[in-house]
Amino acid sequence: MNSKIRKILPQIATLLAVVFVFGFFTFNAQVNMDNRGIEFGYGFLSQESSFDVQFSLIEYDGSHSYARAYLVGLLNTLLVAFIGIIFATIIGVVVGIARLSPNYLIERSAAFYVEFFRNIPLLLQIFFWYFAALRALPLPQDADAIFGVFFLTIKGLFVPRFIWVNLDIFFYSLIAAIISIVVIRNYARKLQESEGKQLPVFSISAGLLIILPLLAFLIGGVSLSFEMPVLEQIATTSFKYTGGLGLPPELIALTLALALYTATFIAECVRAGIQGISKGQKEAAASIGLTPNQILKLVIMPQALRIIIPPTTNQYLNLTKNSSLAAAIAYPDLVLVFAGTALMQTGRAIEIVSITMLTYLSISLAISALMNWYNKRIAIKEK
Amino acid sequence: MSKINLLKPDKQNLSTYLYSGSFLFFIAIFDVFLSSFFGINITSFLPNSISFLLPLILGIVGLHLIRIEFSGIKNLDLLNKNINTSTFNAVLTLLIIFTVIKSIPPIMSWFIIDANIAGDTKEACTGSGACWTYIKIWLNRFIYGMYPNELQWRINISFILLIALAFVGLIPSEKIKKFLTLYYVVIYPIIAFILIYYLISGGSLGLEWVETGAWGGLSLTFIVSFFCLIFCFPVGMFLALGRRSELPTLRYISVGFIEFWRGVPLITVLFMSSVMFPMFLPEDFFMDKLVRVIIAISLFEAAYVAEVIRGGLQALPRGQYDAAKSLGMGYWKMHIFVILPQALKLVIPGIANTFLALVKDTPLIFVVGLLEIVGMLNLAKTNPKWLGFAMEGYVFAAIIFWIICYAMSRYSYNLELKYKTER
Repeated sequence: MNSKIRKILPQIATLLAVVFVFGFFTFNAQVNMDNRGIEFGYGFLSQESSFDVQFSLIEYDGSHSYARAYLVGLLNTLLVAFIGIIFATIIGVVVGIARLSPNYLIERSAAFYVEFFRNIPLLLQIFFWYFAALRALPLPQDADAIFGVFFLTIKGLFVPRFIWVNLDIFFYSLIAAIISIVVIRNYARKLQESEGKQLPVFSISAGLLIILPLLAFLIGGVSLSFEMPVLEQIATTSFKYTGGLGLPPELIALTLALALYTATFIAECVRAGIQGISKGQKEAAASIGLTPNQILKLVIMPQALRIIIPPTTNQYLNLTKNSSLAAAIAYPDLVLVFAGTALMQTGRAIEIVSITMLTYLSISLAISALMNWYNKRIAIKEK
Repeated sequence: MSKINLLKPDKQNLSTYLYSGSFLFFIAIFDVFLSSFFGINITSFLPNSISFLLPLILGIVGLHLIRIEFSGIKNLDLLNKNINTSTFNAVLTLLIIFTVIKSIPPIMSWFIIDANIAGDTKEACTGSGACWTYIKIWLNRFIYGMYPNELQWRINISFILLIALAFVGLIPSEKIKKFLTLYYVVIYPIIAFILIYYLISGGSLGLEWVETGAWGGLSLTFIVSFFCLIFCFPVGMFLALGRRSELPTLRYISVGFIEFWRGVPLITVLFMSSVMFPMFLPEDFFMDKLVRVIIAISLFEAAYVAEVIRGGLQALPRGQYDAAKSLGMGYWKMHIFVILPQALKLVIPGIANTFLALVKDTPLIFVVGLLEIVGMLNLAKTNPKWLGFAMEGYVFAAIIFWIICYAMSRYSYNLELKYKTER
């Protein structure tokens, strides 16, 4: 009896405390909103936003709704996160492997990079790239072309734009290639398990990935051309680029800082993962006659990836969340567009902040759910 | 003397290979050194591209010639093993050496040779390097923010007292040692709070009141980090215990709390504390924005601390719990004397990383209008009298943050070694 009470009492007490705090907050919010004459609701989302966003992936101007503005911000956030993750992974893996190099100088340089970039606040790095480094770039009229096609100027990076004809057919061919690769891989595995024969899966996959899109170009009516950025004079001393694809300096500074900062953490994850595999594994694999390539592919990497992937996903998540620092340099991401401008205009603090937080929360939870599923799939199945 | 095969350096003609190899290698480095430090190109008689690549080619050949296995010379073997195992490694080694040599002159000239520190105005900065005059003039603002100059002794005294009091733990007296944990966990934070409330904030005891909006600079960074560190640790510990609790209600609430804070970026949390939180409070109730920020950051970091500590709790073998229970210990006794001391010891690196993240997150408080050192930099940068010195400011702040964070990580590494026990 006594032990039962000791189990139930603390639970009831905490529950009451939580309910009380929430009730208190809701009550106050109600009173405050009544006093200010605001009514709680999400109806404002369909109203006209009447503010402009300087960089948007989808068509948007002031006549669109707040919901559309939210979408613009969300897409901009995802764009930064996506580019940042790609670069952070590349740099992180290279630096992580360099940390294990037998070459003393390489190992020290990689260590220097990691210690340097991860001990400086990310916000400071973003400011540095945006306000100090990118401001030293030339004006549009003075910029030299890099490789003849890129123009890196103070107004941003200008690259040629791809102009696709029948892009959807190209996509279908890619999807078809991927599906057939998966089928062939499964078939090859079955063949090896039942008869011990090995198919050259890698070359077949690479071939499919090249041949199918090529077919789409040759007979599918897909074609690709480039539109080059062209310098245009808009006033006596003012120039700008028209045509092509312009990436604003905010985007460049943000992705640069995010990638360089997150890469240090990914490098440490990679290093820990490879170091976590005991030497005996490598020696055992060599003693049964596997080649160095096979050792890496069949013995080391599958085990190292099991250690590397979960913390690395965490870093991807951190990068996505850190991309909200965009607000500090006025890159129009979710926080700046929605929790900044839209909130200032409508004054709907509770609704807007809650939507913003829920958005980030659902991205995080979705990725962690995916991670847990993956972890379960690759976990060592002990007997 | 046997035949010399240039493709396969061996031990027979050791000295020939060694002398020619190191000669080429040093020529390569000398060439880069001259062109970098003195602007002299000794190979200018060659076509441009060859002249550019020559040091690299010479270096590769040189390193190839001295790559002799088991030469019997200890230093040569060591060198080969460390920087010269293969041609690929040799190329990387050379590229790194060249990059270092190439980057020393511009960095040195920016930092020291062409830099200015004399004078009090922008005009004093005539060199092409950094303008340290700017940092010198604004140093006071970078450290104390907008805090009135004549009252800054209050911040100084508070910080000196706090640092002095932090060293109490070094007194090697057995009598005091028993109370050290209590001192650091309870008494020290209370003293810190009293000092900051009465001395820095003022408003009573005949001291002039300084509103928190005027606080700023590095001292604000320290104040925010200090209180957040102190608050987030116990909260995180209870959350970790809650998440591991057998009582379902406690567990679900802890899980929900932790996952919520971990799922959102700090900047939205600060937005919440500045625009949304006041709506949740009674109308006549006022909470200073510094207090709101400290609560927000503490709760945010507490969730991360909780996950780290949970890792430590999970890593402990079940036997520890069973042994403690079999001695008749209750839940709290078991955790305080057996489980937590071991679990916390295990997660020192993780906790240190979380604390580092916290210190690096403090600049974000610009969202609510509090300007610590990075915020002050951005303010100074826009001052019409001092336009164009963004680089100096950011480099200065980066050096300060780097020193703080690097010192913290070294300290945690030492702690880890100190408390490491064989099991």
